[in-house]
Parts: sequence; structure tokens; C-alpha cells
Amino acid sequence: MSGWGRIWDALPLLLSGAMTTIEITAGGFLIAVALGLLAGALLGARSRAVRAAARVYTDVFRAVPVLTQLFILYFGLVEVGVRLEPLQAAILGFGINGGAYLAEVFRAGLLSVHHGQTEAAQMLGMTRLAVLRIVVLPQAMRIVLPSLANYAIGLLKDSTLASAVAAPELMFLARKLVDRTFLGPQIYFSVAVIYLAMSLPLARLSRLAEARAGRGRR
Amino acid sequence: MSDPPLVPRPEALVRAVRVGKRFGETEVLRDVDLSVQPGEVLAIIGPSGSGKTTLLRCIAHLEHPTSGHVEIAGERVGAVLDRGHLRPMSDREIARLRQGIGMVFQRFNLFPHLTAIENVMLGPVQVLRRHRSEAEPLARELLRKVGLAHKADSYPERLSGGQQQRVAIARSLAMQPRLMLFDEATSALDPELIGEVLAVMRDLARDGMTMLVVTHEMGFAEDVADRVVFMDHGRVVEEGPPRELFRAPSHARTQAFLRAVIDRQAMAEAP
Ligand SMILES: Nc1ncnc2c1ncn2[C@@H]1O[C@H](COP(=O)(O)OP(=O)(O)OP(=O)(O)O)[C@@H](O)[C@H]1O
Ligand SMILES: [Mg+2]
Repeated sequence: MSGWGRIWDALPLLLSGAMTTIEITAGGFLIAVALGLLAGALLGARSRAVRAAARVYTDVFRAVPVLTQLFILYFGLVEVGVRLEPLQAAILGFGINGGAYLAEVFRAGLLSVHHGQTEAAQMLGMTRLAVLRIVVLPQAMRIVLPSLANYAIGLLKDSTLASAVAAPELMFLARKLVDRTFLGPQIYFSVAVIYLAMSLPLARLSRLAEARAGRGRR
Repeated sequence: MSDPPLVPRPEALVRAVRVGKRFGETEVLRDVDLSVQPGEVLAIIGPSGSGKTTLLRCIAHLEHPTSGHVEIAGERVGAVLDRGHLRPMSDREIARLRQGIGMVFQRFNLFPHLTAIENVMLGPVQVLRRHRSEAEPLARELLRKVGLAHKADSYPERLSGGQQQRVAIARSLAMQPRLMLFDEATSALDPELIGEVLAVMRDLARDGMTMLVVTHEMGFAEDVADRVVFMDHGRVVEEGPPRELFRAPSHARTQAFLRAVIDRQAMAEAP
């Protein structure tokens, strides 16, 4: 029973770990969305070479485990003189890996928008980029958003892998604490509660976003 | 083959010069010559698959001719003269060219995530960079003109086909185009909704808009068009003022087509 009381001492450290977890999740997510959108659009490019390049990116980075990618970024890049901080390596690694996954999601979303929408927008005098941004993408989001939300929640949990490159995220710090205090049950239970507290709002946010993207449709 | 020396005919707003288009082995347009004067309403009729849609799409540069070319107000569609050489237009140049061309599609293609008035405002705000406070009154006025002021805040799915098509026309007009292309604007509509869309098109013609209208509505073509073009198998078979073309078509193909259309309409109207 006394162990539970001592959890309060551990809390500041756990919360700082949670902050790092959020940083990794948010940073990785943003990079993944940017790369996924870019690659997803390029998968449908007119140039065969561009399409092939996008295809290589998505295939390669989905085929290699994300843990391996993190190791390559953190330990491997040192060989070529690039030294990343653990946090940087984690954000970049999850971002690049996630982009390869999300490319297909964005591709499917863009394809779900009828071509007549593109032509109507083009006839208003929009450039291809404007058509994508103003007309196609907002409609594609209906398809994309649920997957993006799932991905974000998955990433929050996968971010524990960043402990393998010593990024001071929640699980990494929790394990260190347990080694020091032998309060395993108490600390891991608290960690579970903290993860829950982070992912539940995310799930709620994603439902709100979906409702917004569904405007004009029943 | 090289183009013949350009005869300056600045009065034509649209000129198709020996336009040919093939999709793989299929020859869809063959040496189509056509010109439309400013303020003129040209109806294009012909059997299914004769290339009417493809011709309109070539004018809008949604399709690229495999031979010949289209000019709008003397400007070549899809190519620009650059230091003595023709080069393909950039994305931006094509976009600018299309600002002056309104296109109304058979399937309306309204933006489903935007209300009627947002659909109409989108072009002025996003493309012409008008302020919303300036674009909104204009959009309202256009919706009123097509009889839909009361539906300004409705999403397309809440509108009937005829209402959607009228919003689509208003959306095109918001860009103040000098040319309007209609590709079977009423073909996807229930019969009782056709009239309201044709009425809007009639108003537009009376206001002096230059219009190319692909249609199966022979009555509309006869009343509103200044000239009718009959196409078959990718060629312009004959053209002339509606009264002449409908009353006394000179080609056997035109006669056969018109007879078939009249029979079909008679069947539809029979009890
Ligand atoms: N993208 C395409 N690829 C291949 N063939 C095409 C394409 N677009 C049109 N065609 C063919 O070109 C021919 C002419 O088509 P088009 O749509 O221009 O005819 P239309 O006169 O508009 O017919 P309708 O009255 O049925 O609308 C048809 O045989 C059609 O199958
Ligand atoms: Mg057609």
C-alpha cells in the first residue's frame, strides 16, 4: 500500500516523459502527414519517373520495421557524419515511416473524389495545385480522416519504440524508475492511465474532425 | 501537314481549325472546322458518340486535339508563341485561359462540401482574389437571377437536379466568362426539371452571352440558337440557321437523325 503513496514522487518525471511522448507523436505525425500527402499525390503524377520514385519510397519504408529505421537514423547516420539527438531521430523516423503508410491513405482519398470535381474547378481557372488544395483535398479528407486518427493513436503507442534509441519518452523513463524504485505495478499502472489520458482526447478530437469534414453529406 | 496561312478573322470568338482527335485507334474528331462569333448561340446536335462532348472539351482544353487547333479570341488554346516558337502553355497560362470560359456539365459537378452560395463565390474569391464582402453580393445576385436566392445556404445534396444545374450555371457566370459551354446540361434531369434550366439558358442567350450548346433539346435549339451544327462520326456534316437545318436538312444523315429524334419525342409524348 505504501508504494502507491510514493507514486507522487515519481509523477513529475513521468509527466516529463509524457511530454516527450507527445512531442514525438505530434512531430512524427506532422512529418508523416506532409510526406504522406506529397507521396500520395505523386503516386498519381503524370510523369512515370515521379510515380516510380513515390512508389519506391512507400514500398521501401513500409517493408523495413520502424525499429530498424530508428536504429539506422540514430546509429547508422553517424557513419556518414550525421549525428541526431534521440528525439530528432525518433520524430524523423516515425515521420518518414508514417509517410509511407499514409501515402496510400491519401492516394485512396484523392481517388475517391470524382474527376468531374477537378474539371469543374479547373474550368473556374484554378491551377492544378489550387484544385487539389481547395476542392479535392477537403473532400478527400472524409475518407482520410478516420485513417489519420487511427494512425495518430497508433503512433502514440508506437512511440514507446523510441526508448530503443534512448529518447526520454514515457516508457523509457518509467523503466528507469522501476529499476531504481522496484515499484513496477504502481508505476506501470500510472503509465497506463497517462497513455489513456492522452489517447482518449485524441479519439474525441478525431470524431469532431470527421463530423466537420462530413458537412454537406448525410 | 502545316496549317494554311492564317486568315485574319478577328471577329470570331471561337475558332476550331481542322481539329482532329483520336483516342488510340478511335478517331473521334476529324478535321472539324467551326467558328463562333461574339454573342452567337451555337447549338451542336448529333447522335451519341459523334464527338460533340469531345469537341467542347477540346475548346476548354480538357482534351487536347491530336491535330489542328482551337483559338479563342485569336489566342491559341494550349500553346503560346514564345520567341517565334509555339510551346505548350504552362499550368498557370491554361488556368488563366479557362477563367474566361464557363462550362456546364451534364452531371452538374457542384462542390458537395460547399453551400450553393459558397459554390458560386469560390471562383471569385479563390481565383480572382475578390474579397468575400465583394463576392457575396455578386453571388447572391446571380443566384437570384437563376431563381435560387432562397437556396443560397443549402448544400447541393438538398437541391433537386434542376436547382443544382442552375447553381452550376451561376457558379460559371460568377467568373464573368466571355464564353459558355453547355454539354447536355439537361440530359441528367427528370423531364419536369428541364424547363427551368432551359429558361435560365434562354435568359443568358438573350443577354448576349456567347454560347456553345450541345443538346438533344431540338425545340430549344430551334428557338434559341442562331446556328445549328450537325455532327456525325466526328465530322461536321452540315450547319445553318435552325429553321433551314430543321425544316430542310440537305444531308441524308441529318434527315435520318432528325426523323429519329422526332419519332422518339412522339413516342415519349404518346399516352
Ligand atoms: N477518354 C476517352 N477515351 C477513349 N474513347 C473516348 C474517350 N472519350 C470519348 N471517347 C469516345 O469518343 C467517341 C465520341 O465521344 P463523345 O463523348 O465526344 O460523343 P458525344 O457526341 O458527346 O456522345 P453523347 O451524345 O453520347 O454524349 C465515343 O465513341 C467515345 O466512346
Ligand atoms: Mg456527350
